[in-house]
Amino acid sequence: MTTSEPYVLNIGPQHPSTHGVFRIRVVMDGEKIQDIDMIVGYLHRSMEKLAEERTYTQNIPFTDRADYLAAMSGNLGLCLAAERLAAVEVPDRASHLRVIFAELQRIASHAMANGTLVSDAGAWQTPLLYMFREREKILDLFEMTCGARLTTNYMRIGGVAFEPPPEFWPALDELVNELPERIDEYAQLVQENEIFVARTRNIGIISPEDAINGSLVGPALRGSGVPWDLRKTEPYCGYDNFEFEVPVGTVGDVYDRFMVRLEETRQSTKIIQQAIDSISDGPHKTDIPLALRPEPGEVYGRVEGPRGELGFYLVSDGSPAPYRFHIRAPSLINLSLLRDMARGASLSDAVVTLGSIDIVVGEIDR
Amino acid sequence: MTPKIPSSNSTSATPMNRQIAARPTLLGFVQNFSIKTKLILGILGLIFLVGNGLIAFIVIDGRLDGKWYDIRDLGYSIEFLRTKLASNNQELILGYTLGDVLAYWVPAVIGAVGILSFLGGFLLIGSWIERRLLARFQIRTGPNRVGPYGLLQPIADALKLMQKEVLIPIGADKMLFFLPPILVFIPAMLTWGPIPWSANMSYLDINVGLLYVISITSLSVLAVWMAGWASNNHYALLGSMRTVAMMVSYEIPIGLSLLSVVLMTGSLRLSSIVSWQADHYLWLALIMPFAFFTFFFSSTAEINRTPNDIAEAESEIVAGFHTEYSGMKAGLFLAVELGNALLTGALVATFFLGGYTLFGLENWIPGYLILAGKATLGYFFFIWLRGTLPRFRIDQLMSFAWKYLIPLSIAHVLLIAVEVSIVARLESVEWLIYILFVVFNVLITIYAVRSWAKAIGYTSEIEHPQQPVFATQMGGIKAARHIG
Repeated sequence: MTTSEPYVLNIGPQHPSTHGVFRIRVVMDGEKIQDIDMIVGYLHRSMEKLAEERTYTQNIPFTDRADYLAAMSGNLGLCLAAERLAAVEVPDRASHLRVIFAELQRIASHAMANGTLVSDAGAWQTPLLYMFREREKILDLFEMTCGARLTTNYMRIGGVAFEPPPEFWPALDELVNELPERIDEYAQLVQENEIFVARTRNIGIISPEDAINGSLVGPALRGSGVPWDLRKTEPYCGYDNFEFEVPVGTVGDVYDRFMVRLEETRQSTKIIQQAIDSISDGPHKTDIPLALRPEPGEVYGRVEGPRGELGFYLVSDGSPAPYRFHIRAPSLINLSLLRDMARGASLSDAVVTLGSIDIVVGEIDR
Repeated sequence: MTPKIPSSNSTSATPMNRQIAARPTLLGFVQNFSIKTKLILGILGLIFLVGNGLIAFIVIDGRLDGKWYDIRDLGYSIEFLRTKLASNNQELILGYTLGDVLAYWVPAVIGAVGILSFLGGFLLIGSWIERRLLARFQIRTGPNRVGPYGLLQPIADALKLMQKEVLIPIGADKMLFFLPPILVFIPAMLTWGPIPWSANMSYLDINVGLLYVISITSLSVLAVWMAGWASNNHYALLGSMRTVAMMVSYEIPIGLSLLSVVLMTGSLRLSSIVSWQADHYLWLALIMPFAFFTFFFSSTAEINRTPNDIAEAESEIVAGFHTEYSGMKAGLFLAVELGNALLTGALVATFFLGGYTLFGLENWIPGYLILAGKATLGYFFFIWLRGTLPRFRIDQLMSFAWKYLIPLSIAHVLLIAVEVSIVARLESVEWLIYILFVVFNVLITIYAVRSWAKAIGYTSEIEHPQQPVFATQMGGIKAARHIG
């Protein structure tokens, strides 16, 4: 007589598709997943506690290392929160530069997210490397502006750190001109692939109600059909002056999240084009004291990062260092629904679902 | 000559203007030869061509009855050697003469060395070809540091793997863990036996060659299952379970598609299958496209290549059944995978693409070169697929085998049987019948595949695009409480 019993499979912390040091304990019955248990903390660096010993400006590099695929967005979030806390004015040119860099970062991050999603679906890295062409050029632009490609540390409280060099603008023009074509090419490569479509349609569905109740943000929320984008609802950096659309999914599956990201890169290209056209001369930052001492109080500043609402909760006690520094990481919140999505699915589907949430472990563990 | 390292241009200030040095190409490498070298190479090539043509002319002309001097077909030379050796009448043991023993052993060793050196040579160069080609598909360069154009990269890889410690996991069944890398090699080598390399050049020209191929290729599943079971690892177990399920399912469409080949050619002998195609100037891939497709697709499942590499799905189960193998043991699995891809290319060529023949050209250039070319072409297709397609899920793959391939293959066997009986009754206008069958079979295959897919409820997902809508079309951005 034979009996069958569920077994435990440890995915991670070292595994090709966990996108970092992230561990999932999966209780499986054959190929079907019965239950999963997500274990985070392998990349914990005590960022939030360390930040309490440093000035606001010194804390900006931490945001590079939290979401290391979207350093510019992290920089922007912290700077916006600190500016609101200390009531610092930002020049118009600095706002435009911030928009340009944040949107470039969004394109780069979405390229990575979509590429790794297709890799998780089994395409042997070809779409990933195709999308990396654009990402490379964007990182080159970052490098020529601030010297770093990944951990940019570019934004400052009151503006941005450096004026881009003269050769930045023609290179940016060239990139923005060729981006729509390249995105179409990429979409064609993947979207018309029957296997990819069969692997992602109707997989890992989140209903709009579940998405809202689970506090999902970003493409994961919009993929479920909830039209919510901080750039529209709570415009910062003059996003209300730019014309762009918010793409929203219809089913809420992996494919929708993929398509929403793809469409967002198109919209980001449009925003960058408008920002280039409307940028004015002027200072690129306001000077602030080296040790900024905001009035005692608290503030929650948030931006729409590539992964969703990236929030910074700062409490000041009047000293140069924040009394409390908290990052509301979109990846961590989005990950919390993986359990509901993966239960009852097969292992292959769970891997693709995890890829579609687009987690960055540096941000989850901080 | 070492390839130039792309260096950044020191005069440009920014990375955007970085000048990438032009990469050396193989053609450029040849063009850079000195005049003397070019002349020598040209003369050698000319001698090869003229000599080859001369021998071909003599052979085709039939001026000489004995054929052992046609060195391009080693079968003749071996035959000549065997008759010479057998003429030795010195008694050795149990009534067998020395000649009897030598006549079997010497050709056997020569043949085995020939096949193994071709295969070994390919294993040395194959991974370099695969990586370079994949790199080109993926707009990158690929290995180009070890040796000229990175040609020595496979050797460097093998050396590295040999230096690595072979770990045996705790709880592993040591004997069963030790055996699979060796066991998986045996069928991969043995299957090369009956493949005809030229008219008389076949290591094992047995009359049940096709059955032999089917049965030997099925053996590797045993080694894979042993590896997965003995590793004491859930990934390995999952991988080997997937492999077993997949191989058992895909054996059936492979068997049915080869049954059509046997029906059409009337022989299980591989050399007869090839010569049937040569005699009729007709590749079986044309007259039975469905069997060709079935065999090719099922083979990708049998040998774990994309899009059916679910047994080694890297993003899901790390490396499948050989997750726990390290060092050269893992290397052996990888080498077998490579060799099997080439083997499948050779089998596809033999069964469906005319084997060593190419519409009469086999008289003028050695047949084994044609077969090697066709096998490499098959291998190229596998690389192409790997560079292009994502992976199926296991249930999709299984349902494809059981719902689509097997019923249609059975119908296809019936169709071919009917056509064969028609040909047998109308032998006088055979060529016309075959042309009609080619056209009819291509059309009926397209029609049958489409209507069968429709009949069992398949709808193409691409035909129903699922595009995101814009928030403005939905009535703008709404606060969360208004949704749902």
